[in-house]
Amino acid sequence: MKIELNINNSIKVYDVEPRLTLLDFIRDEMKLKGTHAGCEHGVCGACTIILNGEAVRSCMVLAVQAVGDEIITIEGINAKEERTGELNVLQDAFCEAHGMQCGYCTPGMVISAEVLLSKNSNPTREEVREAISGNICRCTGYVQIVDAIMLAAERLSGRNRK
Amino acid sequence: MEKSNYNFVSKNRRPVEDKRFVTGHGNFVADIDRPDMLHVAILACHEPSASIDEIDFSAALKMKGVIDVITGKELASATKPLMNGLDTPNVKRYSLAVEQVRYAGEWVCAIVAKSRAIAEDAAEKILLKTTSLKFVLDSEKALLPKSPIVHENHGSNILLEKKFVWGDVFQDFKKSDHQISYNVNWGRNSTVPVETFGVVAEWNAWKNILDVWASIQMPKFSDHIAFVLGLRANQVRVHYDVDVGGSYGVKRGIKHTILASYISRKLHRPIRLIEDRLENMRSGDAHGPERKFDVTMAFDSDGIIHSMKMRALDNAGAYAGRAPFQLGKPIGAIVGPYTISSVEYLALSVTTNKAVQEAVRGFGQAPTNYALETGIDRIANFLKMDRMELRQKNLIKSNQFPYIIPSGSEYDSGDYQTVIKKVFASKNYKELIKERDLLRKNGLMAGIGIASCLEPSGGNSSFEPLLNSKNKTTTWMESCQLNIDASGTVTARIHTTSSGQGHETLVSTIVGEILEIDPDEICIARPNSIESLPGNSPVGSRMAIMLGGAAGKASKKLKEKIIIIAAHKLGFKKSELIYQKGSVFAPDGSSMSWDEIIEFSHRRIDQLPDGMDPGLASFDIMQVPTGGNLPKDDKVHMYPCYSFEFHLVLLSFDPIICKPNIRSYTVGHDCGTVINPSIVSGMTYGGIAHGIGAALLEEFAYDDNGQLMTQSFLDYLIPSSHEVPEIKIIKHSTPSPHTFFGQKGSGESGYLGAPAAISSAINDALSPINISFLSLPIRMSLVSDAIANQNE
Amino acid sequence: MKSVPFDYVRPKTLESACSYLSKDPNSLVLAGGQSLLPMLSMRLARPSILVDIAHIKELKIIENKRETIKIGSMVRQADALKDPDIKKYLPLLIKGLNNVGHPPTRARGTIGGSIAQADPSSEIALVAVTLGAVIKVHSTIENVEFLASEFFLGPMMTAIPDSGCIFEINFPKPTARKFGTGFNETAPRKSDYALASASAYVGCKDTGEIDNIKLGIGGVGDFPQLIDFDQHWDRKQNKKSITNAIKESLSEVDFVSDYHASSEYRKRAVIELAYQSFLEALGEIGKANNEN
Repeated sequence: MKIELNINNSIKVYDVEPRLTLLDFIRDEMKLKGTHAGCEHGVCGACTIILNGEAVRSCMVLAVQAVGDEIITIEGINAKEERTGELNVLQDAFCEAHGMQCGYCTPGMVISAEVLLSKNSNPTREEVREAISGNICRCTGYVQIVDAIMLAAERLSGRNRK
Repeated sequence: MEKSNYNFVSKNRRPVEDKRFVTGHGNFVADIDRPDMLHVAILACHEPSASIDEIDFSAALKMKGVIDVITGKELASATKPLMNGLDTPNVKRYSLAVEQVRYAGEWVCAIVAKSRAIAEDAAEKILLKTTSLKFVLDSEKALLPKSPIVHENHGSNILLEKKFVWGDVFQDFKKSDHQISYNVNWGRNSTVPVETFGVVAEWNAWKNILDVWASIQMPKFSDHIAFVLGLRANQVRVHYDVDVGGSYGVKRGIKHTILASYISRKLHRPIRLIEDRLENMRSGDAHGPERKFDVTMAFDSDGIIHSMKMRALDNAGAYAGRAPFQLGKPIGAIVGPYTISSVEYLALSVTTNKAVQEAVRGFGQAPTNYALETGIDRIANFLKMDRMELRQKNLIKSNQFPYIIPSGSEYDSGDYQTVIKKVFASKNYKELIKERDLLRKNGLMAGIGIASCLEPSGGNSSFEPLLNSKNKTTTWMESCQLNIDASGTVTARIHTTSSGQGHETLVSTIVGEILEIDPDEICIARPNSIESLPGNSPVGSRMAIMLGGAAGKASKKLKEKIIIIAAHKLGFKKSELIYQKGSVFAPDGSSMSWDEIIEFSHRRIDQLPDGMDPGLASFDIMQVPTGGNLPKDDKVHMYPCYSFEFHLVLLSFDPIICKPNIRSYTVGHDCGTVINPSIVSGMTYGGIAHGIGAALLEEFAYDDNGQLMTQSFLDYLIPSSHEVPEIKIIKHSTPSPHTFFGQKGSGESGYLGAPAAISSAINDALSPINISFLSLPIRMSLVSDAIANQNE
Repeated sequence: MKSVPFDYVRPKTLESACSYLSKDPNSLVLAGGQSLLPMLSMRLARPSILVDIAHIKELKIIENKRETIKIGSMVRQADALKDPDIKKYLPLLIKGLNNVGHPPTRARGTIGGSIAQADPSSEIALVAVTLGAVIKVHSTIENVEFLASEFFLGPMMTAIPDSGCIFEINFPKPTARKFGTGFNETAPRKSDYALASASAYVGCKDTGEIDNIKLGIGGVGDFPQLIDFDQHWDRKQNKKSITNAIKESLSEVDFVSDYHASSEYRKRAVIELAYQSFLEALGEIGKANNEN
């Protein structure tokens, strides 16, 4: 069926099967490969994207449901920097604190962190853990991920000039 | 080299891989789209044991978009069986079940279609007729004479049965004051990466080359593919620049790869096979050890432990592969960090009708450490001695290195006492005991967990010839190539995939350190397998030692050549010259810059010494240090370097709900010189998280009908950010004498000791009421039931 | 894990939605999708058509009426958590919601969806049962309403009539001027399906006398249920009296045994959780005494 979707601020009409998940749509139709499939049943969070400002599991949304919604993927969280190879403050903090290893859960983590910081600019470590509790990481044990998000929060609110 | 002298090694530098991951620009196998690619879905059979009577896929083939359906029969007539590690030729495994299904979830058909969804639709249209057969799930039962046999032609369920006696076990037991016996069970779990296994295979008939992109972590992967398919190894091109989304050992995927490759060669189209999560859990053939230990330890009243008898029985599942070797690797650290003088070790691996095991992080060391540490705690309890005091009496002392253990391995270096001291300086033991006792006073169960464990590293896999006398392998190499091009820029080639270990950072840091140039300007290239020199992939916690070693040696060769070029030009002996940041300085003040040296080596052969090759390239194919020997009298020296970890945990839980709350977690870690601190600490945190899962949450549990009960993430419980506490890592370094920078491996750190430490904490918490848990995972409901049963 | 193929419609009215549901016996309602999509992926749900109710405006409203808070079935869990009327009048629902899934699932999951799914460990269903919520269902034939305690019949089984669609859940506002609530659950990991859960509501008169106790349990049996704790409690405020009363009120409950927990564990845990929830509620109205 024909639907109009808004992905990373680009609005177009697509022809999709109703059963196609938003995750598969993003990856296979849009060829945006940064959003990852880990379980396809809504537990691991590797597929997390931003939908109307909230972190949402794209494997648990059908593409056809997303008509009228604003979808941002990892490729779209900083459209300008995406072209220039620059990282935003959050991504840069993830690199500084090495809040990743294999990189597979990372886009989902960054998205969850991005949404957290958009609502709470001064989270505690516990609040960070709650925000990423729906993102499974098998590599890091989460410690350096929490470090990264706390560092980003500090820098974004100007509390840390480094 | 003193730590403070390094420019880049041990410094906090950003791992170079991170930038692409944090923007979603990794290159994972599912990201690869090949023109005209077809997709595979699998039809599985859910009987634990059944003969396949008929497969009717005619309805599936008629569906729009379906191209082909492959069965095991077709595969078996066209390919060899997958290779086994042990000498068990009658245990045959193919990617699809041939005549018989041997575990619930085993793959029966592959459906090839224009999309994965269509292939799955078609799978439902296939009619499968089977006849149920008897099955066995329990490893002890599989040993009994009347047990159903998983591979009839093999004659029994025994894949491996070998007894080792190192040292005078009989005498040591005789002279000891006491013995205790116990058994522990390491439950079936695995590393379960967030990315499942996937492969894209593409046969190019014009070039006679099979291209393979896979989420792979496997030694000799291209060789194995070639052997099974009847190709030459130089016809198999495995692309090492695929990012692997976590592996920790298990991503061997040989059955997936053979299947996709065979289909590609048949249909002349690129074929994609990505396991979905259910396929991965049930039948990805990536389960970990499921091991029962029966242990007896002999010791004196003063606490000195003299000897140990250990029977290790592993439930390998329905096929063999390399997994049984996981009983062999721990032989290289069979006594842990202790001065136990003799050991009797019986290694048993049996087939049952469960899913197949694959190599899991540590290759058997984590279960073995769990068995050892449980014994240490039990001896302490028996003697009413403090658990630390007992350990201190038996730990190898720092002046005893290199230390040869009864099974023949030589521990390179260590200072366990200092690591422990540092941990207690951060977390005072007496204070911790007080804290625990106060929690107990307030009505909680509270326990301190202790584990002191080794991480053998370097990957000298001499357990292969030890367990399979037909295997005479003594070479375990890794390689690195360097080239300084005509513009003076440096490229290093590494011949492996990576799954988050930061190999690009490792190599660029080491090359940069030795050549004294900025590591961030070094390009790390990953050629494919045809373009590569030999390697053995990141297993056995080996890459810091082996890839780091090869990169270091190749760098030194280049540095040497640069100095010789300068010596020739400046008219001095090379010993009189000083190399500094790429330039070379002579005692008379003259010098030759990097650019000049490049100019000479690339464009001025008339200025080079006679006989010297132009260009500035080098390679090193490095053998594992201290390796190279076959076993003798059932003894062999295994891995070269031994990292040490000391875990100290405080946890508590209320006696009814019993949900464990880890209140503090401190770990002392010594892996010698650390090449990149945040990469190493990340490994340790991740390993501990993984260990928490194995100790408390994760299990591939089968019911009595051979069905896997925990087959999705709803029931197989992986620790989230709420289940992993804040962890404090205390660092120490006793460099290895076998590596240039003194580095040891750290890829398994945390995981090798955490399950033992958590088990120790829970048992300490339950000790006032005389309950022990000797089986992992220790699930909260079971703890509560045990307490309640005792109260009745 | 790809779903079977199905058709998809997105009606703008409840009437239209129910019309679709009545035409095809293999139709399913799609609300938040957080329970349905995993079932579609695993091919456990195999609808021929999905009726997406996300765009029916009247289903997204929260209304503060004189005696009830009316929550439309499509109200997202995250929105319910932020709503000032729900925070003021239904703090027990807030407590329950904080235990539902993770932030991403709460952004999409709905109040009605959780009720319709009827998972035995559903926190929303438990609170509905405890507070005596009324579930309103529309179908092409008629509107029906169910008291929550009569709505849940078994695991994933409700009294929804064929082709019916939940459109509203009415939670009664507390009648007491002073009231306290408590919600506790336990699971191997935070936000997993609860092994046991308990929710409590205690209301008292202006004189301070407790006159209304509602205790509900979930996760332990086939559906969340009220327990007649009030009848068994001797009014003594010590742990023994309270837990004895809870135990006695559990005599008719069938506790489930599975891989994750034995029935004995569920019983033991729910007694403790019910006790804690009751105490929490008492504490909120200043009634908990020092013995506890």
